[in-house]
Amino acid sequence: MTASGQVATVYVPRDSAARSVGADEVADAVAAAGRPVRVVRNGSRGMLWLEPLVEVETPAGRIAYGPVAPEDVEGLVAAGMLDGAADHPLCLGPTEDIDWLRDQTRVTFTRVGVVDPLSAGDYVAHGGLSGLRRALSLSPEQVVAEVTESGLRGRGGAGFPAGIKWKTVLEAGAELKFVCCNADEGDSGTFADRMLMEGDPFTLIEGMTIAAWAVGASEGYIYVRSEYPDAIATLRAAIGTAYDQGWLGKRVLDSELSFDLFVRVGGGAYICGEETSMLESLEGKRGMVRAKPPIPALEGLFGKPTVVNNVLTLGSVPMILADGPAAYADLGVGRSRGTQVFQLGGNIARGGIVETAFGITLGDLVERYGGGTRSGRPVRAVQVGGPLGAYLPTSRFDLPMDYEAFAAADAMVGHGGVVVFDDTVDMAGQARFAMEFCAAESCGKCTPCRVGAVRGVEVIDRIVAGVDRKKNLKVLGDLCDLMTEGSLCAMGGLTPMPVKSALAHFPDDFGTTTEEGR
Amino acid sequence: MTSSPPQSLEDRVRSIVAEHRDDRGALLPILHAVMEDMGHVDPAAIPILADELNLSRADVYGVITFYHDFRQTPPGRKTVRICRAEACQAVGAAQLADNAKERLGVGFGETTPDGSVTLEQVFCLGNCATGPSVQVDGRLYGRVSPAQLDGMLEVGA
Repeated sequence: MTASGQVATVYVPRDSAARSVGADEVADAVAAAGRPVRVVRNGSRGMLWLEPLVEVETPAGRIAYGPVAPEDVEGLVAAGMLDGAADHPLCLGPTEDIDWLRDQTRVTFTRVGVVDPLSAGDYVAHGGLSGLRRALSLSPEQVVAEVTESGLRGRGGAGFPAGIKWKTVLEAGAELKFVCCNADEGDSGTFADRMLMEGDPFTLIEGMTIAAWAVGASEGYIYVRSEYPDAIATLRAAIGTAYDQGWLGKRVLDSELSFDLFVRVGGGAYICGEETSMLESLEGKRGMVRAKPPIPALEGLFGKPTVVNNVLTLGSVPMILADGPAAYADLGVGRSRGTQVFQLGGNIARGGIVETAFGITLGDLVERYGGGTRSGRPVRAVQVGGPLGAYLPTSRFDLPMDYEAFAAADAMVGHGGVVVFDDTVDMAGQARFAMEFCAAESCGKCTPCRVGAVRGVEVIDRIVAGVDRKKNLKVLGDLCDLMTEGSLCAMGGLTPMPVKSALAHFPDDFGTTTEEGR
Repeated sequence: MTSSPPQSLEDRVRSIVAEHRDDRGALLPILHAVMEDMGHVDPAAIPILADELNLSRADVYGVITFYHDFRQTPPGRKTVRICRAEACQAVGAAQLADNAKERLGVGFGETTPDGSVTLEQVFCLGNCATGPSVQVDGRLYGRVSPAQLDGMLEVGA
C-alpha cells in the first residue's frame, strides 16, 4: 500500500458517459482532497452503472470504488481510499476481480479504461504498435490474407468479411486510394465506437494505418457524428500525437508507408451511417445514398477505391496482426469469429460494455450481465441491433448472439446494441416510432423509404384506433414487404424489422376491436 | 484566424473558406466553422459560399438544409437537446420531452419567444446505459431526472 504522504495515482474516467454523471466534479474533488495525488483521466471500464468509477493504484493492483458522487469523495479519502482501503461501502475491491469484468474476453477493448487514452507511452507499454510493426514487416498481400484468415467481419452491422473487402481495394489499380472509418454510430443503444475512440484512440489510428498499408492507401478519414464532441476532441489530440511520434505522416515508423489521417464531423444525419451516404457527406454533399454497384471498394470516396470499415472492425485489426489470425479465429461460433463488443442499454440494472466471443445467449447478456431492468420491473422486450433491429420477447432469450442465428430468427445482431424495456412499454408505440424515425431520417432518394415511412405511421395509427383494422393490418404487411424489397439501403429496407417483430411478438398492444370477428 | 476589428459577414465567411482551402470536400467543415463562429449559417452566406467553392447556390442550400446541425436562424442563448431514441425512451425520455415542451411553451426545433432557450430533439447521444440523456450547450448529462431537467431549463442569464 501507498504509505500516507506518498503521491497516490487515482483514475477517474474522462469517458463522456462518466462525465455525464459527474466524473469531472469527482476528479476535481479528488485533486482537492488534501493529499498529493496524480489524477489520470482514463477511459471507462465499461461498467457504466458504477460510473463515476474511481480506481486507486496499489501494489496489489487497482482498487475500484463506485459509483462515486462528488460529495462522497471526502468520506472516501477519510476512510483511506488513497491507500486502497476496503473499509467503505463504495469499495468494490480489485477492479480486475469484479466478476462482470473478469468473465469477459477483452480483445478490442483490452486497453480501454486501463490506459491514459492520450499517452503514447502508455499505449506502447500496453502492447500498442506491435500489430503495425508486424504488418509493415509483411507484404500487403500477406496482411490482407491474415485479416481474411481471422474471419473478421464488419462490425458496423452488415457483417461483411473485412479481408475480402480489403483484397478488392488492394487489387484495384489506382494512384489514390482511401481508408475511411465509419464512426457515425447513430444506432440507439450503441456506444462502443464512442468508448473506443475516447478510451483508446491510438488503436483505431493503428488499425487504419495497417489498413492503409494493406490496400495501398495514402489518405484516411474518420467520419465522426457531431453528437460525440468528446470523441472528436480525443481523436484530434491523438492524431496530433501520432504525427509527433512518427506513427502517421511520411514514412510511418521509418517504413515506405506514408499515410495522412483526418477527422471529419457529421451533420446530425442518421443516414450518414450508411456507407455510401457517408462518402457523399465526406465529399461535402447532401448525404444521399448511392446505388450499388459500383461498390465503394472500387469507386468510393471521390470515385477512388476505398476501404470503409466501422470503428470496431478497424480497432480489432491491430490485435489480429499482433497475435496472429488464429488466436482471433479461435474465438466465436460458426461463421461469427472473434469477439463482439455488446452494449447493454436502456432500462437495465447493469448497463455497459460486454466484450465476449460470439455465441453467448441474449438471455445471458440481459439477465446475467445486465441484471434485468433498472426499474426492477419484469423485462418485456429487448431491441437488438439499433432502431432497425427486431424487438424480441423474453421467450427468445435462448438465441445465441451470432449473425446467422439472429438472421434465422428474423432479427439482427447489427452493431451489438441491446436495449431493454420493462413491462410498461407500449409496443405499438415503439413500432410507430420506428416508422416516425425513418420518416425523419430518410435521405429521400427512394420512394419506398421516403413515402413508405410516412404511410407506415398513418397505418399504425389507424390500426391502433381500430379503424378498418383487418384491412389496415394487411396494408401494413404489404407496406413492410415493399420497403424491405424495394428500398435502396438498409434504412428503408430494415425499418420493417422492428415493426414486424413488434406485431409478431406483441400483437395485443396493437388494439383489438369488435371488428376482429368480422 | 488573425482577429482584426469587426469584420463583415462576407469577410468572415471568406476567411473561413480560406482556412479550409486545402480540405477535400470542404463544404461540411466550412459550415461547421461558420456555425462555430456565428451560431448559425446566415442565408446571406449562401451566395458567398457558392462563389468561393464554385458551387450553385442550390447546392449549398441543399447541403445546409439536409443536415440537422446547420440552422439558418440564431439559436437561443441556451440550447437544450433531449434524446428521444429508444434506449432513453426505455427510461423516461418521453416524460422529459413533454415536461420541457410544457414548461417552455415551445416544440422541438423552436426557441422561446424571449430568445433564452432553444429546445431540440436528438436521436442518440451514445449514453444509452446512463440515460435519459440531455445535452445542454454541448455538455452531456446522464440519468437526468425531471427535477434536474427543470434546473437546466432555468434561465441563468
